[in-house]
Order: sequence, then structure tokens, then C-alpha cells
Amino acid sequence: MNETEVTREGLLHERPGREATTGVVAGRRRSREELMVEPARFQSYYGMPVINKPVWASPDIPGYFFLGGLAGASSVLGAGAHLTGRRSLARGGKVVAAGAISLSLVALVHDLGRPERFLNMLRVFKPTSPMSVGSWLLAAYGPAAIVAAGTEATGLFPAIGGGATAGAAVLGPAVAAYTAALISNTAVPAWHDGHREMPFVFVASSATAAGGAGLITSTLADNAPARRLAVAGGTAEVVLSRALEHRLHPDVRKAYHEGKAKKFLQAAELLTGTGIVGALAAGRRSRIIAAASGAALLAGSACERFGIFWAGHGSSMDPAATITPQRERLEARSSRAARPGGTGRG
Amino acid sequence: MIGPIDLLSSRRGPDPASADGYREHPRRMGFFTDTSVCIGCKACEVACKEWNHVPEDGLEFTGMSYDNTKGLGADTWRHVKFIEQRKPLGRQEPGLSHQLVSPISFGGYRRLDGHGEPGPSRSAPNVAAPGGATAPGTATAGVGGPIDFRWLMASDVCKHCTDAGCLDVCPTGALFRTEFGTVVVQEDVCNGCGYCVPACPFGVLDKREEDGRIWKCTLCYDRLSNGDEPACAKTCPTSSIQFGELDELRERAGRRVQQLHDGGILDARLYLESPDDGVGGAGAFFLLLDEPEVYGLPPDPVVPTRDLPRMWKLVGAAAGALLAAGAASFAGAGRSAGRSSGAES
Ligand code: SF4
Ligand code: SF4
Repeated sequence: MNETEVTREGLLHERPGREATTGVVAGRRRSREELMVEPARFQSYYGMPVINKPVWASPDIPGYFFLGGLAGASSVLGAGAHLTGRRSLARGGKVVAAGAISLSLVALVHDLGRPERFLNMLRVFKPTSPMSVGSWLLAAYGPAAIVAAGTEATGLFPAIGGGATAGAAVLGPAVAAYTAALISNTAVPAWHDGHREMPFVFVASSATAAGGAGLITSTLADNAPARRLAVAGGTAEVVLSRALEHRLHPDVRKAYHEGKAKKFLQAAELLTGTGIVGALAAGRRSRIIAAASGAALLAGSACERFGIFWAGHGSSMDPAATITPQRERLEARSSRAARPGGTGRG
Repeated sequence: MIGPIDLLSSRRGPDPASADGYREHPRRMGFFTDTSVCIGCKACEVACKEWNHVPEDGLEFTGMSYDNTKGLGADTWRHVKFIEQRKPLGRQEPGLSHQLVSPISFGGYRRLDGHGEPGPSRSAPNVAAPGGATAPGTATAGVGGPIDFRWLMASDVCKHCTDAGCLDVCPTGALFRTEFGTVVVQEDVCNGCGYCVPACPFGVLDKREEDGRIWKCTLCYDRLSNGDEPACAKTCPTSSIQFGELDELRERAGRRVQQLHDGGILDARLYLESPDDGVGGAGAFFLLLDEPEVYGLPPDPVVPTRDLPRMWKLVGAAAGALLAAGAASFAGAGRSAGRSSGAES
């Protein structure tokens, strides 16, 4: 047994490290040439994952991303409609925002291991933690969105309602976007390695959802902005999520093309595409087609978030997704170091 | 407890305790795990569980090696890994010169000269052997002839990173830096948000399902505070786990690598000892005899927060784009284009 003591002055009675050199003295000695270095190839520890998989549950967390995005972008739509006098769209945007953000908070708290301690989120403010920043953001945005909806629905306190509407519209886009930093700021390869595109995919998906909700809640006369936002958002969502995948290392990209991620992402493209076509073709003539397109866009946006969520899960369980890009990075670095002035990959 | 954190940087530099807000503190303490002398006895796993009251982590038979613990998590804070390889260990002759039986074909006999039938047809366990050894019972060419054989054993643990991803992302402040420079969870603060779990590049933390919170190695914070060394280091019979002041351990590790190289064990290398690596160097670093990934460790880990400044900028740009797109969708439509409902506001 060791008898080392830790004191403020340092270690006492420290046992010296053992110096056994297994493999040095026994039998015939090998020449140095026999001790070769093997060429690099994929190796892992019995195929076990390197990182631990996220403990976040579905539908709580992908649902929370979707609802937060829906709320944030709906606040923008609601405020624009408020300013331009489109009553049905204003009301729809504000009410959807308040409902979605309330539900998203329920999902978030439900996912905590200790829900009764959710207020501990506001114990500190840490810019290095997107979840901390997001909690403070939600603490400001949530009440604004709810006051905006309440005053809109009741017609009371219009001045306060106007302020809350403006506040929610300014904070809303941040609420829609910060969750991209939340998942990218992890060691999960499918999320982290897509961190450049993720915020844009998330806001595009939010615009799709809010536009879709607007198509459902507003009259034909009011729905033009919702239609435009939905078409722009949906198109951007499809293009940008492909761009995200394109950047990834093939061993990481794989996660987007397997299992649940693949199904959700295929459904997302199909639903969003259908919604765009429907909204463009008949969104200004038929309330029913407008509402059906809106529903497809909402579902498409939700599927996008679930797909990204499951891709992260998949890549966290695949050792190659973690190891191969890191190994190649190391090798590129050492070949650059070996050839000063050379142009190694990287 | 939470010191001022530069908005756009999570880098701590050489003295994490000071960087995280301590004015006066003891020297940074850590582990040097010299896997070259590990005998795989798992005494560290047991001592850790005993001292820290860590509950049982599942009685499973993995069938892949002597490792039935599988990985670090809420209920496993020390984890001994076993790797069997058809590779020479330094200049040592393993003395396994009987040509008929492969030392690692534990699923049946097979002649190694390529002639003759495989023995009794119990099939060999169908696992991809780590470290590049092919299926058990198959002789490989090149490095690692039929009689070459070595076991690598290594006790894994939380790295107590200088730039710790778990610590950076914890929104409650439950994870904190101690005066010894280590990283510890305060279980009375953790609300089980789970953010730290995927933020660790090494897969160290996990949620204990029954209790909803996160648990991991504390580097025996209670023992250190009372002037004793961590339970695993104290119990390790070969001093594979060495505890001490980090600077001193780094020097000792450097000498040890040199000693092994001189002895012909050219595979020996240090892992996470350099303050220049992606986690700013670790408080618990290792001497390994193969690539890190063979031990299930990431070859070039980087704390995710290192890219966070860029992420925040892009989040800002994306939020701005959404606001602009929202405004643009009203442009040209005018204040009352084709509306049927009356004017308002
Ligand atoms: S990031 Fe992982 S290895 Fe580093 S201190 Fe946190 S739990 Fe330990
Ligand atoms: S689970 Fe607990 S320790 Fe981990 S980040 Fe959340 S509050 Fe912090």
C-alpha cells in the first residue's frame, strides 16, 4: 500500500514510481529492425464508441428544438403582421409563439433528471454554455411572447402588448438560432462538425415552421408574408442541410444516412417540398390547400430536427465517426511538420 | 466559485485553478497512469467503488476479453481495459514456440503453419480484435508473427482536462474546478440537464438513471482535502497509477518513456501530457504502448468549446438573417394589400 500524504507543502512519503521494463530482458533479443511501426488503418477498442451518447431523450429535446424555432420565427411574423395590420396573421403568430414556447419549456423541464431543480439553470450565467445563455434568453423571451399573445387575444393594454410584441420579435430569432450552438458545442461528430451550417439550418427550419403555422392561422387576404417566409425558409432548409452533410467527413456523414435519421430527413425533404409546392400553387386561392401546405411545412420542419437529433445519436455510437477524422487530422499535421513548406492536407 | 470567463475563449492556460478564480491554491494535482506496468488486476476499480460508494454497474459478460466493465460512466469511474495483440512486446520472446496452437485462438486449435484442419469446430468469438489483430486464430503476416503476443492493460479515468468541455457547458455551475485543478460535480446542484455528457470528448460522464444526476471521478476530492491520495492510486500494486503534483509527474513520465525506448519498447508514448493539445493538457495523463484509439481513446481530442466563439458569431448571423427574412416577407405587400379585414393598429 502507498503511504503518500497530500499536504499544502506538497507530497510526503511518496513512493517512487516502479521501474519495471517488461519486454526488455527476456530470452533472445530482437533487433531494432524487427520492431517495426505498422501502417495506419482504422483501429478501435472492440468497436466500442469513444464518447458517451447523449442522454437527451426524444421527443423532448428534438421537440424542444422544433417548438423553440416555431415560436421564435412566429414572433417575427406576428410582429410584422401587427405593424402592417394583418390581424389574423398577427394573432396567429403571437398565439402560436406563446403556445410553442410554453410547450417547449415543458419538454425541456421534463427532460431534466431533476426537474424540480430547473431553476438552477439561472444560478449562473456562462457564455461558454449555450444552455446557460439559452436559459436566460428564454427567461426574457417567454414572458414577452406570452404577454404579446395575451394582449392580442384580449385587446387589453395595447401599449404593453406592442412593446412585448417588439421584444419577442427581436429575441425570437436568437431563441430559434441558439439551439444550433447548443448541439454543435458537443463532441458528437455529426453535430459538432456541422457547426458552421447548423445555425442557418435551424433558422431556415424555424422559418419553414412559422410560415407553415401562419398559413394555417391566417386568412387568404393576410397570408402572403407567411407564404413567402415558408417558401424561402423551406428552400433554404433543404439546400443548407445538404450543404451541412456535404462538408462532413464520410464516416460522419454516414450517420445522416442511416436508421431513424435517414427516415426523418427523407420525410423532411418530402414534406417541406410538398408544402412549398402547395403554398406556391394554391396558397393564395384556397384556404384548405393553404392550411394543408402549412401542416406539411410544420411536419417537415419537425422531421428535420428529429433527423438531426438521431444523426447525432448515431454518430456518437460509431467509433469511426470520432476516430477517423481525428486520425487523419493528426496525420496531416505530422506530414506537414515533416515537410516544412510542404502543403499537407488539413 | 465561477471565475470570470472570457466571453470568447475557454482556454485556461497552464494554471486552471487560477484561471477559474482561485487566488491562492495548492499545486495542481493529477494522475500519471503508466500502462506499461499495469497487470489488469482491477484493484483500482474496486477501491474506487468502495471509497466513493459507487453502485454496481451491471454484471455482464462481454465475451470480448477480461473487460466486462466496458466503459466509464455514472457508475464506473475507473475502467481497466484489456487488449490482446499479435505484436511483439519490445525485444521480449514470449516463449510460446509450440507451433500448433496460437496463444490467442481461445476458441479452438488451429495449425499456424497453414496446413491441417482447424481443431474442434467451436467457432472463435466473432469480435473484431482491437489493435489490428485479425480474427483470433488467424496468423498475420508482417509485424506480429505467429508466436508474437502481448497484452495491453490500461486503467482509464476522467482526464481532469485543463480546458474541460464538461465544465464549460454545465449551465448550473454544478461542475466546478477545485483548488487542486481537478474537475468535480456538486451533486446537490446538478439538475440532470445532461449537457456535460456529450460535451466530454472522452465519454467519461453519464447519467445515473435512478437518480437523474451526473456522476464521475472526483479525483477523490474528499481524500485530497484531508491530505490523502486517491483510493485507486493508493491501492495500485504496481504503481501503474501514480498520483502527485502534475509538473513532477510530467517530468517523471518523460524519463519513463526514455527508459522504455532505451529498452527497445519503441511503442511507448505519452498521451495528454502536453499543454498544447486540444484539451490544454490533462490532469490525468497516460503512458500508452499503442495508438490511443486501440485503447478506446480519441487520437486527437479537442474540447468542443474551442469552436464556440465562431459558433456564437454564426448564431448571431443566422438570427439576423431570420429577422431580415421575416421583414422581407412583408416588403412589397404594403400595409393593406388586398386585405378584406378592416384596417388596424
Ligand atoms: S471533459 Fe471529460 S475527461 Fe475532461 S474533465 Fe470533463 S469529464 Fe473529465
Ligand atoms: S447534467 Fe448536471 S453536471 Fe452535467 S451539465 Fe447538467 S447540471 Fe451540469
